[in-house]
Amino acid sequence: MILSTEKGVAQYVSDANANGRKLRIQGGGTRQALGNPCQSNAVLSTAGLNNISLYEPSALTIVAASGTPLADIEKELLAEGQRLPFEPMDHRGLLGSTGTPTIGGVVACNISGPARIQAGACRDSLIGIRMVDGTGAVIKNGGRVMKNVTGYDLVKLMAGSFGTLGVLTEVAFKVLPAPETSATVLVEGLSDEQAIAAMSAGLTAPYGVSGAAHISKDRTTLIRVEGFEKSVAYRVSQLQSVLAPLGEASIVSNDNLWKSVRDVEPFHALDTAVWRISVPPSDGAKVAKTLEASNDTVQIIYDWGGGLIWASTPDDLDVRAALNGISGYAECVRGTHIKRLPQNAAIARIEKGLRAKFDPNGILNAGIMG
Amino acid sequence: MEMPKPNKQVLMRKAHILRRLQDVLPENAVIFEEQEVRAYECDALTAYRCPPMIAVLPSSTEEVSAVLKICHEEDVPVVPRGSGTSLAGGALPTSDCVILGVARMNAVLETNYDDRYIRVQSGRTNLSVTGAVEQNDFFYAPDPSSQLACAIAGNVAMNSGGAHCLKYGVTTNNLLGVKIVMMDGEVVEIGGAYLDSTGLDLLGVICGSEGQLGVVTEATLRILRKPEGARPVLMGFDSNEVAGACVSDIIKAGVLPVAIEFMDRPCVEAVEDFAKAGYPEAEAVLIVEVEGSDAEIDDQLEKIKKIALKHKPVELRESKSEEESAAIWAGRKAAFGAMGRINDYMCLDGTIPVNELPKVLHRIGEMSEKYGLKVANVFHAGDGNMHPLILFDANKPGDLELCEEFGAEVLRLCVEVGGCLTGEHGVGVEKRDLMLTQYSEIDLEAQMKVKDVFDPKWLLNAAKVFPLASSDDRRLI
Repeated sequence: MILSTEKGVAQYVSDANANGRKLRIQGGGTRQALGNPCQSNAVLSTAGLNNISLYEPSALTIVAASGTPLADIEKELLAEGQRLPFEPMDHRGLLGSTGTPTIGGVVACNISGPARIQAGACRDSLIGIRMVDGTGAVIKNGGRVMKNVTGYDLVKLMAGSFGTLGVLTEVAFKVLPAPETSATVLVEGLSDEQAIAAMSAGLTAPYGVSGAAHISKDRTTLIRVEGFEKSVAYRVSQLQSVLAPLGEASIVSNDNLWKSVRDVEPFHALDTAVWRISVPPSDGAKVAKTLEASNDTVQIIYDWGGGLIWASTPDDLDVRAALNGISGYAECVRGTHIKRLPQNAAIARIEKGLRAKFDPNGILNAGIMG
Repeated sequence: MEMPKPNKQVLMRKAHILRRLQDVLPENAVIFEEQEVRAYECDALTAYRCPPMIAVLPSSTEEVSAVLKICHEEDVPVVPRGSGTSLAGGALPTSDCVILGVARMNAVLETNYDDRYIRVQSGRTNLSVTGAVEQNDFFYAPDPSSQLACAIAGNVAMNSGGAHCLKYGVTTNNLLGVKIVMMDGEVVEIGGAYLDSTGLDLLGVICGSEGQLGVVTEATLRILRKPEGARPVLMGFDSNEVAGACVSDIIKAGVLPVAIEFMDRPCVEAVEDFAKAGYPEAEAVLIVEVEGSDAEIDDQLEKIKKIALKHKPVELRESKSEEESAAIWAGRKAAFGAMGRINDYMCLDGTIPVNELPKVLHRIGEMSEKYGLKVANVFHAGDGNMHPLILFDANKPGDLELCEEFGAEVLRLCVEVGGCLTGEHGVGVEKRDLMLTQYSEIDLEAQMKVKDVFDPKWLLNAAKVFPLASSDDRRLI
């Protein structure tokens, strides 16, 4: 069912709750594979909730209905020289999905990209939501101002909740000026350990690095700076000297490099499982080594200075075991493994308790988060 | 301020509860004499006071856990306390409660520059987190005005902000993980030295929950490399409206200063008397600070000055040295002290959409005349977080009540124009009874459900945040 008003969503969910009908919540349907298998009797599509209801460039604020295509929002922002700060990834290439990514889907899955290392995740820019809980009640939290500590922050709780606490109907963001220009320092020939040291050197220098990635197979390390023309020129040249002891660094200006990292393009054509692992950056190479030692077809791409590992592996490899005491988590993004698991028993119990409160009959994306 | 009636059953068992707490804590960590618990009767919202039944000062997560377990078993309300600097009454006790102060837990547990984090015990003060890393040119970004005294525990509880959060975000954007003790004594680790979480964002809802979900004993915080330099420019305008328009234009132009501070005439005058910062005669003063290398700063300030000149400033003063920068900031930093010297004041904290600034300031001016109380405005203009200071005389009967009424009207206005009741101070008891102007009963019910999960007996700081009438049924369980 495609619904085009919040009231319609509330009625539909309320009926489903009364009838014990389990719903699959869907925006553009491009990221469905990110969740665990989900029990459902019907699909609730938010694609009809399509409207930018407020955009105030001088207040750095945009508010949109959850089914609004991400591309529409990005276009509207760009016309005023602004952008979403967190550089959301497009999953279509990696997951082989089709459809139109919606802003609600981005929020429900808390989707970010390379800029997350500096500008924060989707949840950090999200400042308000409206939602329909599992009983059909319409709930708002946060608002349209970027500083707001009035009551509990359910905004954060909704980001990345995969629709299990409620159906998002409206989302509000703090946006940022789009940079005048960007440039990338490219270092070639580094090992994983050296690359992580190089990225760390970049991120701990005072030059506002907004992206730090390493493509292991190509031994290519990328460190990005964005801003005003003169400033970027200065900063990349400073970074070049910082990195000089670690390897020869050249300056390139190719945004497609970052789209490739953001969307994990090197893995698109591979017929493998893909995992997303978040760990402290200096543990990144250790995890990758363990994976590579267990199978020689494993490929690794690092983002977030080494803290985010994209691993292409044979489908039967248990990647979670490779963490082996290292703090962090691994999510299966593509493949047959269970996609996501709670980090520990106490957290699992709290999550279960919250879901039982917001969706007492378990009708919203049941089972999708494990 | 209405508070729940004390639980007589608890008060009657004071001796027994005290003995149990003394069994698990060192002698000097349990405070129960009437004269001594008085030290904990209020926080920085001094208008309201109530001595607690008992105060405890544990030194470890284990001790916090033992205390909470006992209180949970004995149905004793617990009010967590960091440094007691809350302006919203977040640490105001009830007479039947145990104050749980984390001030003795102030150690740095781990510092990692390569991975850009620090792990501290939650009683550590905000400024001393930066103090622990600044020898290596790092800093912890959130900088509430009380940063010399306020504890990370309170920062996490209130999701504290500061002058520089336009660029660096507030506490929640700089918090990577916590060790939290649940009301039943269970210790849970959430997040850590890595980014984001795979399940529900529990860290996100714990931050800003005003000590109602658990007691945070350790925090992993993001630290950042200091910029090469920073420099402010000071501008004076002949009306609040023009200053507000200038703020909008700066933001729209794609320059993102690290801070934009706004002071109106009453504030500037008080500051001049007190701090002699050399501020100009103007209706409104802006301080705009940018960061980077010298050349980058020049470049950004050039852009900002160009915008400002279009608004015909009565003064435009760029700092030429560290001394001049310090002088520009001196007045702003002394603002609260300066106001305190001439009057009692109530500091509001409502946030509004930046483009509503001129309208809201105008309306506040009208209200000031209506109530016959003076207002000075000083605030973070870049993010719309206002701090109107309403002046009153605490010794004059009825003045506090009048001031509160005025304050409530200002906050209702903030909500009316699309903003919120509190941008960085928290709800506490101060704004508890205004919550329904911003949220419906259903919205509040959703928030209270979260507390039901973390603290089913509603023992932790339970008389705060939600109007008592809304939370009554839960607290009586």
